[in-house]
Amino acid sequence: MHRTGELYEQYRTMEQQRETASLGMWIFLSTEVLFFGGLFMTYTLNRSTYPGIFSEASKTIKLSWGAINTVVLIGSSLTMAMAVWASQAGRKKALTCFLIATLVLGTVFLGIKSIEYHDKYVEHHIPGWNFNFEPGADAATNAHTQLFFSLYFGMTGLHALHMIVGAGLLIWLTKQSLKGRFTPEYNTPVENIGLYWHFVDIVWIFLFPLLYLIDRH
Amino acid sequence: MSEHHIVSPKIYFSIFGILMICTFLTVAAAEVDLNRYFSGLNIIVALTIAVFKASLVVLFFMHGKYSPKRTQLVIIASVFWLAIMLFMTMSDYITRQWT
Repeated sequence: MHRTGELYEQYRTMEQQRETASLGMWIFLSTEVLFFGGLFMTYTLNRSTYPGIFSEASKTIKLSWGAINTVVLIGSSLTMAMAVWASQAGRKKALTCFLIATLVLGTVFLGIKSIEYHDKYVEHHIPGWNFNFEPGADAATNAHTQLFFSLYFGMTGLHALHMIVGAGLLIWLTKQSLKGRFTPEYNTPVENIGLYWHFVDIVWIFLFPLLYLIDRH
Repeated sequence: MSEHHIVSPKIYFSIFGILMICTFLTVAAAEVDLNRYFSGLNIIVALTIAVFKASLVVLFFMHGKYSPKRTQLVIIASVFWLAIMLFMTMSDYITRQWT
C-alpha cells in the first residue's frame, strides 16, 4: 500500500492516478445509490398506496430531533469538506481538527437517533413487537402504520449503519493524519472517505422530508 | 485539467449557508397546507428542495462541478438507473388496475 504519494507504474501522471481513485469511489457510490434505491422504491410504492396512514404515522415522529439532526449532519459535511481542503492545502493540524469535528458531529447524530429510537420503543411503535399505533387502533391501521415504521427503521437503520462505518473510517483517518501521512500530493483516502461521508449526508437529505415531513400541517 | 482543483473554504461555507436556509424552508413549507392549491404540492416542494440540496452537495462538497467528464457521467448514470427503477416499477403498479 502506498502512502507517500509516489506515481504507480500503470499511470502516466499523478493527476491520472488521482482521477482513477476518485472514479472508482464514484462507481462504488453509484452502487450505493441503488442499494438505498430499493428502500426508496418500497417507500414510494407504499406511500402511494396508503397516503393518509403514512401521514398519520409520520406525525408521531418528533420533527425537532429530525431538524436538529439535519443541521448536525450537514454541519459534519461542511467539516469534512474543510478536512479535504486542509489536506490539499497541507495544513496538517487543521486536517486533524476537522476530522475530529466531523467524527464528533457524526456521533452527536447517532446519539440523537438513539433518543428517537427509544421514544418509538416507549410508544410501542417498533414493528412486530408489542406494536400498537394508538390506543384503540384497529387491525388495519396497525397493519398499515407498521409498514411506515418498518420503512422508518429500515431506512434510518441502514443510514445509521453507514454512519457507524463512516465513523470507523474517520477514526482511522484521524490516526493517519496524526502520523502526518497526508500531504497536498497524497490525500486520496481523505478525499474518498469525504465522498462517502457526503453521500451518507445526501441520503439523509432525502430521508428527512420523506419520513418526518409528510403533510405536517 | 492540468492542476488539481482546490475549492476554497469560502465556497464551502456559502454552500453550507444555502443548505441551512433550504432546511429551514423545507420544514416551513411542510407546515403549510399547499395541497389545497394543487393536490400533492407539499411533496413536490419537499422533493424539489431535497434535490436542490443534494445537487449542491454533489457539485461543491463532492467536487462534481470540477470533476472530469467521465466521473460526471458516473454521477448522472447512478441517478438515471435509480430513475429507471422508480419509473418502471411505479408504471407497472399504477397501471395494474387499468382494464
